[in-house]
Amino acid sequence: MPEIAAPAIIKPRRPNILARMFRTLRLPVNDPFAVAGLLIYLVFIATAVFADQITTHDPTEILYTPSYDLAADLRPGQDGFIMGTTSLGRDIFSQLVYGSRSALLIGVTAAFMVALIGSIIGLVAGYFGRLVDAVLMRLADIAFGIPFLPFVIVLAAFLQPSIWNVVIAMALVLWRDTARVIRSQVLTLRTRGYVEAARVAGSSDFKIIVRHIAPNILPLSFLYGSIAIGWAILTEASISFLGFGDPDSISWGYMLQDAFASQALAKQAYYWFVPPGICIILVVSAGFFITRGYENILFPKLNR
Amino acid sequence: MNIVTKKPEVLVSVHEARLHYQVGGAFAAMRGKSTVVKAVDGVTFDIRRGESVGLLGESGCGKTSMGRLLLKLEDTTGGSIHFDGEELGEVRRHRLKKFRSRAQLIFQNPFDAINPRFTIRATLSEPLENAGIPRSEREDRIIKALELVRLPEPEQFLDRYPHQLSGGQLQRVVMARALILQPEFVVADEPVSMLDVSVRAGVLNVFRDVRDRLGLTAIYISHDLALVRYVCERTIVMYLGRIMEDGPTEDIVHEPLHPYTKALVAAVPVPNPDQSHDPLPIGRGAPDPRNPPSGCVFRDRCPSAHARCASEVPQPRPVGSRLVACHLF
Amino acid sequence: MTEPLLSVRDLRVSYQVGRSFVHAVDGASFDIPKGSITGLVGESGCGKTTVARALTRVIADNAAITGGEILFEGRDLAKLPEREMNALRWRDIAFVPQSAMNSLDPVYTVEYQLGEVLRRRGGMDRRQARKRSEELFEMVGIDANRLNDYPHQFSGGMRQRVAIALALALNPKLIIADEPVTALDVIVQRQILDQLKELQVRLGLSVILVTHDISVVAYICDRTVVMYAGKVAESGTMQAALTAPSHPYTMGLRNAFPDLQGAASGVLTPIEGAPPNLANPPAGCRFKPRCPFALDVCGSEPPVVDVAPDHPVLCHRARESAALRIEAAKTETWMARA
Ligand SMILES: Nc1ncnc2c1ncn2[C@@H]1O[C@H](COP(=O)(O)OP(=O)(O)O)[C@@H](O)[C@H]1O
Ligand SMILES: Nc1ncnc2c1ncn2[C@@H]1O[C@H](COP(=O)(O)OP(=O)(O)O)[C@@H](O)[C@H]1O
Ligand code: SF4
Ligand code: SF4
Ligand SMILES: [Mg+2]
Ligand SMILES: [Mg+2]
Repeated sequence: MPEIAAPAIIKPRRPNILARMFRTLRLPVNDPFAVAGLLIYLVFIATAVFADQITTHDPTEILYTPSYDLAADLRPGQDGFIMGTTSLGRDIFSQLVYGSRSALLIGVTAAFMVALIGSIIGLVAGYFGRLVDAVLMRLADIAFGIPFLPFVIVLAAFLQPSIWNVVIAMALVLWRDTARVIRSQVLTLRTRGYVEAARVAGSSDFKIIVRHIAPNILPLSFLYGSIAIGWAILTEASISFLGFGDPDSISWGYMLQDAFASQALAKQAYYWFVPPGICIILVVSAGFFITRGYENILFPKLNR
Repeated sequence: MNIVTKKPEVLVSVHEARLHYQVGGAFAAMRGKSTVVKAVDGVTFDIRRGESVGLLGESGCGKTSMGRLLLKLEDTTGGSIHFDGEELGEVRRHRLKKFRSRAQLIFQNPFDAINPRFTIRATLSEPLENAGIPRSEREDRIIKALELVRLPEPEQFLDRYPHQLSGGQLQRVVMARALILQPEFVVADEPVSMLDVSVRAGVLNVFRDVRDRLGLTAIYISHDLALVRYVCERTIVMYLGRIMEDGPTEDIVHEPLHPYTKALVAAVPVPNPDQSHDPLPIGRGAPDPRNPPSGCVFRDRCPSAHARCASEVPQPRPVGSRLVACHLF
Repeated sequence: MTEPLLSVRDLRVSYQVGRSFVHAVDGASFDIPKGSITGLVGESGCGKTTVARALTRVIADNAAITGGEILFEGRDLAKLPEREMNALRWRDIAFVPQSAMNSLDPVYTVEYQLGEVLRRRGGMDRRQARKRSEELFEMVGIDANRLNDYPHQFSGGMRQRVAIALALALNPKLIIADEPVTALDVIVQRQILDQLKELQVRLGLSVILVTHDISVVAYICDRTVVMYAGKVAESGTMQAALTAPSHPYTMGLRNAFPDLQGAASGVLTPIEGAPPNLANPPAGCRFKPRCPFALDVCGSEPPVVDVAPDHPVLCHRARESAALRIEAAKTETWMARA
């Protein structure tokens, strides 16, 4: 027997749109780790956006010292190169800054695609059930069977190595987790009285999904999107490091590969490979913190 | 009177309706467990226009399933249901839309039946929107519907969210939503069972009143005969997906014939200190729709069960004003 | 009335919500005689659960007993150190929480959950616990070979029986059951009540049965305590309170119930409105906004009037109750307020 609340006498204020959006997305602003993660993201986003203003050089240009020597293997601070240069005479600092741009691009597009594809498939499968569900979930099973990294490498190599193909390849595999979780959520939402009520009221399936079901799974889509960000950046780094990356774009993975191939370790050029490594770790763990914050909100019992 | 234009007297006609759910899947089947739940299993009855019929029985007897069939929220797996002459299986697209405005459901749990993110205004707008009522007329209709269910000063509720209303108020909103398109047929699925007993009276009175005023044809689902008696002149008693007894409510209250009905009548709580404390004439346990007994489904709890009950399914037979499905009759 | 088993005197319990306080129980007094079943009735939000929980001191984190006494066998439970109180729970006073039947742990068998209480609380070994579990199942009418089943394998009614078995585990003197039959069908409800009554007589238990349904009280209780808005409106024997209700609230509650034995044409009369918000209750009589008999004097705190021996009533007009009862039986009386 539900406890029946005494009727409220106060006339409720309609919360403004921003507050409502925050409530719907349920951003984890109370968890210190998640806040740290959000801050790291903010810094990287700002760096990516203002990369042109921040950088000192063109990251792909081969540079020369004032004395017209090739600016190769310079140490940090030498000749005004903040973090030194690569063996081929490119500015490491500028590469690092531009790397945030591709990391951001990859992370966000992959997250967006994974969340979007996964959510739509999960919604459709869960809501319509029966044959639709069976077919889509078999597809998900197949996607679960695919080894992630090899698949992305093969597909990216097959479709020309480019950032976009890496993103597409990842989305093709990673939608499965999102779809599964959202489907099971939709299965329970579908039995809620108000969903049935909408049907009796004559609402179309599309309207029911958009109005009554989707708002409830939005936080879950965000959660899986935020997981995908880290994965995408890490995957792109691995692929670039293995040499299957987009040769025309500067990413942290590419920097690591470049450093590795130029035997930076032997040259003790820590200034070359440590910063991109740290950046990857920071961004990936920021994603992890945010994810965790989300989980604590969505599944509060997990961390008891 | 012109016979040709006269509407047929029967609004809803149910013939041998079945709703069998497939449950458990392959795993249960391998272990030899039955995987079919016969929620509704060969039910036949007619409802006349303007009639109020109670569907009575314990949890799990298939009352909600029957209601969902009548509203085409579920399709029959056997038999047929006609609404105003149309077979429900064939009602689709714009005819389905029309049907949705003619047949409505009042939900059991008002706390679940309204989207917690929606204001009362948005909740009540939804059916109007779907029926193509212009925006300018909606507010007016909403207020009228809320007045119909006797929610005092309806304006003050429009912008509230469901959690800001009491259970009794919410259930009135649920009723208002069901009535806002002026349906002919309403299924009320235990509409007061989630409410405090003291607010039930108000909701029941509104239901009775509105039904009379709008001339509704109604199905009222409950496990409590006292509630059914308060709103319905006729009662259908169900047990494990089948009809046990069907007849005028007063006759059933005063002289239940079927052994199951007898138990249901005896079990009704009364607010009277001097009442019988005789044990109920029914075996313990709950109806298990996965493994119903052979023959009469009530046989394992029936105090009058005899040999024939195990071998032969009793068919509904007319006994006076009623139909009774029991070998004793 | 003989020496009571439990005597509650001016009990006060408050919840802190933000900076304000909800005085959910605001000066409740009543007695529970030995070997009786007492029904604690009232609408949702009247403080029944809060009283029931306060008696065993299993109250919410934001709640506190702010006054009064709970006398049990000469000790004041309101002031007992937590350690002694803990020793008393299960052994002397057992509590069956609201929807206990849904709070059995789904991952353990019923035997394990019974055994847990018997071994930890009762100091039994495995064999004794098993034997006692079988005994308990037999008592509540479930086949002992179902002990190894998981809660989801039982129907709602059977889970409620298990919850009662759990409460009986250590032979308590008093069982407090919060809405034990509320969510159940009429048949199962009746069977559980019959079982409870049979056990109460057989074991000489005292039972406090919290319910919002006075027909449950009428069926099984010997005594009743009617609560309204954190106060006891009226208490006494069930006969006195139901055949001759003396508080307008009790009269109103009676009207709101359909009676299968009554005339078919009868109209149910609801008490319009809802219990007040206990964060900010009305001054004077708290039932005044809904009471058809309210007078100006009702704006002041009503006195406790003993309309008969062992039948206190909290109402300014308690002495006129015979006349009010006649008025209260008419539907128009209650409609006028709405
Ligand atoms: N969607 C479903 N899938 C499988 N079984 C169901 C489903 N809905 C109801 N049932 C089963 O059908 C039987 C009848 O249920 P229901 O119609 O809800 O009964 P009632 O309303 O009388 O309590 C129950 O045993 C229930 O478990
Ligand atoms: N944990 C809590 N915090 C704040 N208020 C509470 C809490 N529990 C109950 N209340 C309030 O205390 C009052 C009495 O509640 P309760 O004892 O549960 O009543 P009942 O059992 O009669 O329905 C209600 O107004 C309720 O809203
Ligand atoms: S047919 Fe037999 S078992 Fe069924 S109700 Fe009648 S007497 Fe009982
Ligand atoms: S004190 Fe007055 S208002 Fe309160 S119950 Fe008695 S008559 Fe009604
Ligand atoms: Mg049901
Ligand atoms: Mg309670």
